[in-house]
Amino acid sequence: MTAPRDKFGRPVVVVTGMGIVTSLGAGKTDNWKRLTAGESGIKTVTRFPIDGLKTTMAGAVDFVTVEPFSSTGLSERLAVMATEEALEQSGVGRKGDFPGPMFLAVAPVETEWPQRLLVSRTIAKKNFDTMDVVAAGGGGRFADYHRRFMFGSVAGNLADTFGTKGSPISLSTACASGATAIQLGVEAIRRGEADATLCIATDGSVNPEAMVRFSLLSALSTQNDPPQAASKPFSKNRDGFVMAEGAGALVLESYDAAMARGARILGVVAGCGELTDSFHRTRSSPDGKPAIGCVRKTLADAGMEPDQIDHINAHGTSTPENDKMEYLATAAVFGDHTPNIPVSSNKSMVGHTISAAGAVEAIFSLLTLEHQRIPPTINYEVPDPAIPFDVVGNKARDARVTAVMSNSFGFGGQNASLILTHEPV
Amino acid sequence: MIEPKEVWITGIGLLSSLGEGLDAHWEALGARRINVDEKRFAPCVIHPLAPVSFDAQIPKKGDQRQMEAWQRIGTYAAGLALDSAGVKGNPEVLSRMDMIVAAGGGERDLNVDVAIMNADAQGNSQPGFLNEKLMNELRPTLFLAQLSNLLAGNIAIVHGVCGTSRTFMGEEASSIDAARIAVARIEAGQSDIALVGAAHNGDRADLLMLYEYADFNLKDRYAPLWARGDKPGFALGSVGAFLVMEAREHAEARGAKPYAKLTKVVADRAQRNQAGALTKSLRAMWPKLGISADDGVVITGATGAEPATTEERAFLSEHPGLAVRATGTTFGHTVEAQFPLGLALAALSISRGALYPANDPTGFEVEKAEAPTQIVVLGAGHWQGEGMALVEAVS
Repeated sequence: MTAPRDKFGRPVVVVTGMGIVTSLGAGKTDNWKRLTAGESGIKTVTRFPIDGLKTTMAGAVDFVTVEPFSSTGLSERLAVMATEEALEQSGVGRKGDFPGPMFLAVAPVETEWPQRLLVSRTIAKKNFDTMDVVAAGGGGRFADYHRRFMFGSVAGNLADTFGTKGSPISLSTACASGATAIQLGVEAIRRGEADATLCIATDGSVNPEAMVRFSLLSALSTQNDPPQAASKPFSKNRDGFVMAEGAGALVLESYDAAMARGARILGVVAGCGELTDSFHRTRSSPDGKPAIGCVRKTLADAGMEPDQIDHINAHGTSTPENDKMEYLATAAVFGDHTPNIPVSSNKSMVGHTISAAGAVEAIFSLLTLEHQRIPPTINYEVPDPAIPFDVVGNKARDARVTAVMSNSFGFGGQNASLILTHEPV
Repeated sequence: MIEPKEVWITGIGLLSSLGEGLDAHWEALGARRINVDEKRFAPCVIHPLAPVSFDAQIPKKGDQRQMEAWQRIGTYAAGLALDSAGVKGNPEVLSRMDMIVAAGGGERDLNVDVAIMNADAQGNSQPGFLNEKLMNELRPTLFLAQLSNLLAGNIAIVHGVCGTSRTFMGEEASSIDAARIAVARIEAGQSDIALVGAAHNGDRADLLMLYEYADFNLKDRYAPLWARGDKPGFALGSVGAFLVMEAREHAEARGAKPYAKLTKVVADRAQRNQAGALTKSLRAMWPKLGISADDGVVITGATGAEPATTEERAFLSEHPGLAVRATGTTFGHTVEAQFPLGLALAALSISRGALYPANDPTGFEVEKAEAPTQIVVLGAGHWQGEGMALVEAVS
C-alpha cells in the first residue's frame, strides 16, 4: 500500500472499523461464523400475533429488546450496537467524540400502532373521529412520541451519543440506503471535507403494518414452512424476499489519516456508483439497463475493468423479477467473464435487511476479502436455468478474492453498487 | 485543492397555498395575500394548497392515482423547476441529472386508522385483529405513496430525472443538508447539475396528530409569525419547492440564464437542551457565509414553535439593519419544504431586483427599497437542526 491517492487524484478511502448486527447475532465474529456455516436467521415471527398474515416469518433481531418497544427504537438500538463495535475496532477519535460527520440509512419513521392505540384509548367518547384523536394526543402526556417519531430522531440521538460533527444526515434510498450512506461518506472524504466519516445503516422494521404493506405489494415470500428455507435467491422456486432486521456501521477514513494514526486498514472502498431507474415504482426495468449503467458507473468510478472483479455480493433478494434482472445486467457488463465470477447472496441467510442491507452486505464483502472465503447462498436446491451464475450454493467456498462488487437494486428505481478491495487499486 | 466551481440556480419550481409559478407568487407576495383555513381541522389552523390541475406537469392520470397529495405537489413543482431551467424533456441532461429530495412520509389512510382505534376502544382486540384490518382495508399501492423515497421515484418516472437519486429525511434539517450536499458536490466537480427540493401537504390530520404530541399546532386563530405572542405554534402549510442547481460552466455551455448563485450552505445541530444554544449556533454560522454588509436581507423559515423562534429572533435582533421576511406568515410551516421555499424566494427576489414587501404587524420586518444583491436564507428546525445559505446576484 503506497498510494495515498487513487488514479483520479482523489484521496483513497479506507475502512478502519466495522460493526454488525443481524438475525444471526451481534458482532462480526458470530455473524461470520454462522454466515459461512450456512445458518439461517429466519424464524417464525413471535414478536406479535401472526394470525391473518400471508407471510409469517422474518429475520427479526429478537435477542435485542427495547422498552417501550418501537421499530424506530429498535433501529436506534441496533445502530448503537453496530457503531460501538465499529468504533472500538477503528480506535478513531475519543469516546463520544467522533472526528467527522455521520450518514445514516434508516427506515422511514412514523407513529406506530402500540403508541397510536395508547393515545386513542384515552378518549372517553364512543365513535370518536380524527380530530378527537388529534386532541387526545395533546397536553404533553405524549410528548415523548413527538421525539421518538420524528424522522430525525435516530440520527439526532446517535449524533449525541457518538459526538459526530455537524448536521447528521438521515437518508432513504429504499433497499440501496446502506450503500448510499457509504457513498456519501466516501464523497465527503474525496472532497477533502473530512478525514473520517461514520456510515451507519439500520432497520428494525419487522412490525405488523410493515409486513402487511410489503405483503400487499406481493413482494414477500409466502413459503412460511420451514421459515429457514423461504429465502432462496437464484432458485427456480423463489417467490419473494424475507423481511429482516439488522444494522451495519463502517468507519471510513482517508488513507493518509488512517496511516498517520497507525490504524489497521480493513479494506478500501474503491468505487461507488448509482443510477436511477424510471421504469416503475416497484419493478426494475426488465432489460436491466439502469442496473447495467449503475455497475458500469461503479467500475468507472473505481477505474477498474470488469475482469478485475472476482466476486459479486449480489442484491439477490429472492424475488422472481429482481434476481433475473440482476443476472441479465451482470451478464451484459461482464460478458464472457460472468461465469468466472462466484456470486452469492447473504439474504439467503439473514433475509433482506432493507435500509441496512447495503451496509450489512458491504461488511460481509469486506470479511470475505479478509478471510478469502465466500459465504454460501443457502437453499440453492433447484437452480434457475435462466440464471446461470456461478452461485456459491449451500457451502462456503475458499477463493482468491481481491475485489468484490456489492450490489443494491431496489424499490423506487434505486440502484447503487460498491467495489471493495483489499488494497488500493 | 482545485478552485470550487460556482453554483447557479437556473431553475425554480413553486406550487403552494398561493398558487403556482413564479409570477403568481411574486404577485401574491406583493399583495400580501395569505391563504389560510381555520375551519377544516379546527381548532388547528392550516394553509391548504391553492387549486391546481395536476395534468399540466403530471399528464398521465395513472401516475396521479399512484401518488398521494404530497407526491403530486412535489412532482408538479419539480416539473416547473425543470421547465424553468429549460431542461424539461431533454433526456441528455435529465439522464445524468443528480437529484436530492428532502422528504418525510406520505399520507396515511385515516379512515382505516380511526376505524381500528374505535374498534380497539370497544374491546375488539383479539390476536390478529390489527393484521386482518390492515390486510383487508389498506389499499395495496398506498405504501408507494407513503415511502419517503417515492417522491424522488415519481419524479424519475414522470420527468425522467435519473442520474442519481437520494432522499434525505429528518424534518427541516433534511432540506438544508440536501442543498448543502448538492452545492458541495457541484463545487467539487462531483456533479454538474442537480434537482433539489421538497414537498409538504398541510392538509393532513396525521401530521397534526404527530405535532400535537408536543403541542406545536397553531390553534383557534391565525396570526402572523412574529405576532403569535403567548400562543406559539405553527400552521402546517402546503408547498412544493424545487431548484435546479448547476455549475456555472455547465449552465453557460447550454446557454442557461441564472436566477442567482448559491454561494454557501452551512448546517449544524445545536444542543437544544441548553437554553440559548440555537442563538449561539446561528451566531457561529453567520460569519461563515461571507456577507459583505450587515444591512442585507434574511428570509427565514422560522416555525413559530418555541423556544426556537424566540432564540432565532434573539440572533436576528443582533443585526438590526437586516430586512427580515418570515415565510411562516404567508405559507405556514412546510417542514422539509421550508428551506427550498426560502431559497426559491431568495433567488426570485434577486432575479426581480426587489425584495417583496414586509407582512408583519409587529414592525419587526422592515421594508427595503434597494435591489437585494445578497439574501441569507435561514432555517431553524422546530426541535433540532439549523442552517443558512447565501444566495447572491450573479456578477
